[in-house]
Amino acid sequence: MSTSLVMFLVFIVITLGITWWASRRTATTAEFYSAGRSITGFQNGWAVAGDYMSAASFLGIAGLIAFYGYDGFMYSVGWLVAYLTVLLLVAEPLRNTGKFTMADVLAFRLRSRSVRTVAAISTLTVSLFYMIAQMVGAGSLVSLLIPQIGFNTAIVMVGVLMLVYVIFGGMLATTWVQIVKAVLLMAGTILLSILVMAEFGFSFTAFADAVAGVTGRFCEAGALKDGVCPDGAAPIVRDFTQPGLYYHGRWGPLSLISLGVALIFGTAGLPHILVRFYTVPSAQQARVSVVWAMILIGSFYIMTTFLGFGAATLVGKENIGLLKDGVLVPNQNLAAPLLAERLGGEVFLSFVSAIAFATILAVVAGLTIASSSAFAHDVWFSVVKRGEQHDEREQVRVARIAAAVIGALSIVLAIALKSLNVAFLVGLAFAVAASANVPAILLTLYWRRFNTTGMVLGMTVGLLASLVLIVLSPAVMGIDPPTAAARHLIQADPVFPLDNPALVSVPLGFLAAILGSLFSRNSAAEDAYAELDVRANTGVGAV
Amino acid sequence: MPQQLPPDAPEPVPGAAHAPDWAAVERDPEFRRLKAEKRRFILPATLFFIAYYFALPVLVGYFPEAMGRDVFGEVNLAYLFALSQFFMAWALMWLYVRRARGFDAMAERVAAGIAGGAR
Repeated sequence: MSTSLVMFLVFIVITLGITWWASRRTATTAEFYSAGRSITGFQNGWAVAGDYMSAASFLGIAGLIAFYGYDGFMYSVGWLVAYLTVLLLVAEPLRNTGKFTMADVLAFRLRSRSVRTVAAISTLTVSLFYMIAQMVGAGSLVSLLIPQIGFNTAIVMVGVLMLVYVIFGGMLATTWVQIVKAVLLMAGTILLSILVMAEFGFSFTAFADAVAGVTGRFCEAGALKDGVCPDGAAPIVRDFTQPGLYYHGRWGPLSLISLGVALIFGTAGLPHILVRFYTVPSAQQARVSVVWAMILIGSFYIMTTFLGFGAATLVGKENIGLLKDGVLVPNQNLAAPLLAERLGGEVFLSFVSAIAFATILAVVAGLTIASSSAFAHDVWFSVVKRGEQHDEREQVRVARIAAAVIGALSIVLAIALKSLNVAFLVGLAFAVAASANVPAILLTLYWRRFNTTGMVLGMTVGLLASLVLIVLSPAVMGIDPPTAAARHLIQADPVFPLDNPALVSVPLGFLAAILGSLFSRNSAAEDAYAELDVRANTGVGAV
Repeated sequence: MPQQLPPDAPEPVPGAAHAPDWAAVERDPEFRRLKAEKRRFILPATLFFIAYYFALPVLVGYFPEAMGRDVFGEVNLAYLFALSQFFMAWALMWLYVRRARGFDAMAERVAAGIAGGAR
């Protein structure tokens, strides 16, 4: 039995133990959805970090930096600064006015049924996209590191485990799985960073010198092929400390700005992050959660410098990949694991792989519980059952069934989409969150004149604009050389030039929400603003 | 938690015999002072961090050569500016937390007024 397998099993046993403990404390809706609001701000800070730092950030950022140098670090910056939006504008009023879901805040003063339906559709879209990306990642990771386990088996394993955590342990188990994962991830990252710096005698300038020794090449227009650019010009050479290796050419700068918009505004609209603020007893504790989350997330993303540039210098991007028939197939996701192997041998590789596995499990569990509450609390009991009275046990039962259905759906979709490059789904999730959810949340909290028409219009336009633009973007459309495996879903020249649609779709979402409100009048929504305003700012009557 | 409430109905305010007059609370000078104080910090802070953050992709995207200039050793302006974003975020967070204690105290006074049924 390989060391990786042993470490995976240890993690599984510990988390199942947590689930068993949590299952005995999960009976009511408040317990299932919000861990009985019993989590402290400090604990929740770790859980938010564990919920947020996905495989895309741990494996993906290390890989991006290892392959493209400085440009990969742009993601790291956005992922922390985004929490200022959460801290200053969203976390506390959300905690004061909501109960279980993102839609609670939106339905507070707007017509409940249409608002909840649209908000639930948006929540399910964001969560499902995010979940599929994570699970496909889990499939390739596990099958890669433990060849005995196949791709489909790995996905089913991850899916079943996340369902066990959520269905039996609810939010309490999910929270503690996220905390354990965050501790492991921080420990692994600190250890890796120290080992990287040890290689350079703990001198940051020596490290920077080595990074500057690594170079990459690109063309101002078109893709580099056999060392020449399509227009016959010589490729531009930059070292890894310099910007431009990933974002360059005519649309490079705008793509970079668009990514920034998606990250800075999207985070405050991710349903699985927002519901975490309901697990603490008060808005003050919600604030404490964001503070700890920011300390952890910031430290982690600063350390991606060591992970990514460490892999670039110590492993070398030409060695990051998997041998297949004697040929190395490049794979960015392997940068961090291979760095661990280079620095600490097989045992450390296993440890880092187990962390990546834990990372994926914690994130998908968070996504599952957020989407099951959106379905059960918002769609089933508020819209379909029109707010009829049901006892707590019935509501929790429906939430558990919803979790099972959503989990099964994500397993099937992940297996169906496994051969495609699904990394763009994470970008899409952020774009939808930023364009559909954030305008609605900010406007209902801060603009008296906002109403149901504006909300429904804004969310629909934000959602559709993100979806359509990403399908037309280089993330989905592109012509791959006939020799290589098809990376793009649609083999044609992209219609929309930016990788991420946020730069266009976020303003569209806001515009539709504002115009929809201005062209209609709803005095009930305006009158109810007084109550929302007082409660959001004082915490009076918060659950 | 009472079960007979429809999922949308906000929870009743504990200690209050009847629903408070929210519009009156909104006009209350103490509440207005709380809102004004919050706005005085949150609005400029938000505008500042958005401007500071977007300066990074704009400068790095449109002026990669200038940003690639080394400051010491091989450490360049682009990296230092990116790194400064982390400290900017933490500094703003620290300032907000300090200010928020004052907001909490004011919010508590408003809440006590509502619970006391003064209005």
